[in-house]
Amino acid sequence: MNLGRMTDHAGEWLRGTGPQSDIVVSSRVRLARNLAGYPFVNRAANRQRLEVLQRSRQQILEGQLAEDMIWVDLNECQPMDRQLLVERHLISRQHAKAGDELPRGVAVGLNESVSIMVNEEDHLRVQVLRSGMQLGEAFEQINRIDNELEKRLDFAFSQKYGYLTACPTNVGTGIRVSVMMHLPALKLTGEIDKVKRAAKDMHLAVRGMFGEGSDAIGDLFQISNQTTLGRGEQEILADFQHTVVPQIIAYEQQARQALVRQRPALLDDGIWRAWAVLNNARLMRTDEVLSLISQVRLGVTMGRLEMVSMRTLNELFLMTQPAHLQKLMGSDLDPAQRREARATLIRKRLGQA
Amino acid sequence: MEKHKCDKCDRPATYHSVEIVNGKKIEKHLCEYHAAEEGLTFKVAHKPINELLTNFVKMHSQDQSSGPNELVCDHCGLTYAEFQERSLLGCPSCYQAFARPLDVLLARTHEGSTEHHGKIPSQSGFGEQHQQQLMRMRKRLDEAITAEDYELAAHLRDEIGKISGTAEGGETL
Ligand SMILES: [Zn+2]
Ligand SMILES: [Zn+2]
Repeated sequence: MNLGRMTDHAGEWLRGTGPQSDIVVSSRVRLARNLAGYPFVNRAANRQRLEVLQRSRQQILEGQLAEDMIWVDLNECQPMDRQLLVERHLISRQHAKAGDELPRGVAVGLNESVSIMVNEEDHLRVQVLRSGMQLGEAFEQINRIDNELEKRLDFAFSQKYGYLTACPTNVGTGIRVSVMMHLPALKLTGEIDKVKRAAKDMHLAVRGMFGEGSDAIGDLFQISNQTTLGRGEQEILADFQHTVVPQIIAYEQQARQALVRQRPALLDDGIWRAWAVLNNARLMRTDEVLSLISQVRLGVTMGRLEMVSMRTLNELFLMTQPAHLQKLMGSDLDPAQRREARATLIRKRLGQA
Repeated sequence: MEKHKCDKCDRPATYHSVEIVNGKKIEKHLCEYHAAEEGLTFKVAHKPINELLTNFVKMHSQDQSSGPNELVCDHCGLTYAEFQERSLLGCPSCYQAFARPLDVLLARTHEGSTEHHGKIPSQSGFGEQHQQQLMRMRKRLDEAITAEDYELAAHLRDEIGKISGTAEGGETL
């Protein structure tokens, strides 16, 4: 498979479309599953891991679980290609970095909205990613995939504990529901801590997409459930659809409106300074790009800056990350060279916009 | 609790709080709208914290005559002490082998729950005993191959195939 073709466009989930995509960047549902009758990956003999991999790959590809499903053997991949998949959210960092002796892979399909990691922490980690607020659609799709897989593979399941997973924090439904939200106004007004406290009360995790804690770079926050045992899939999903996401959207919108009313110059200053730097800088770090894009993105969604599309911003967001940048340039670059290439790429892309 | 109207309007208050500020008690009663304006309120029926605590204490006080660290999973050989170090279980049977201490841990991480509620595979014909038998036989198969006892291996592979109803991937070995 030619991973190089991936670099020049953003995957389906970064299209910048979908309901509420001004605030909800993407929706994700993930299921953890293990094949019955085998030890978990961390304790299986290598022969067994290989067997799990081969059986899973065969059933995934024969099952026609999603359009244009392709298989990537991660053992045979260059580290740069694995990093590329990480940047595209198709595999985890852990899956990319595991040792070469661990047979593992990933199946990717339907414009990168579906991915199935094999031999990560669990035998199978199925993921559906959609742009905007599409958790319901993502869940339906992953449930169909799970049903099809279930006809072909027997999963480790117990009446008492549900789907059995290597880590007890995933046992039960094995489901992880998450949304990536862009919350620059709540961050600016300092109200993001209230969101975090409220989320914690609901046993949800709030993480910065990049960086740690409240220092989330680019104002992107990932909110996900932590409870997987004792609550049904629909219950978990409903929390997000009817309570968590609508409320956070409402608070972010309130904070944005308050900024327009009370401190429009502060708001515009941030947006236009970011625009100026993106268009003129000659050296640029990744974290800097993320922060600047966040500001411009806010400007675009609020109608205060109109010379760039959300699509272009999303593409830049991805292409300025290390593996994407080097793939685009067609050569290995050291960090200093990357900073220069990054700044040049951004000026070029924005110039066309 | 007595019925309150919102401090800021005539709607019924659904958010109540008492704060102590500079030694003075400040009560707040707000409707959904005004509570939202002040900060965040999520209303979801989660288990109250004292119920969680009761469950936790109840399970914790059960007899622990032999310490949980000595527990071993017969199927994969993992000890509970090893599990605590790495926080990963070794196989599906670990859930039974470590059931008692694990239930305490599960209750703590899953809002007090120790039992599944949700999707059940439609192919439920594959019972738990069945799953364990398969795992035992696959382990023997792996040992047979390591010992280069190919006759035994072939036999075991046939048996596994019969039980699991799938042709075992002989070509992979
Ligand atoms: Zn009110
Ligand atoms: Zn075990």
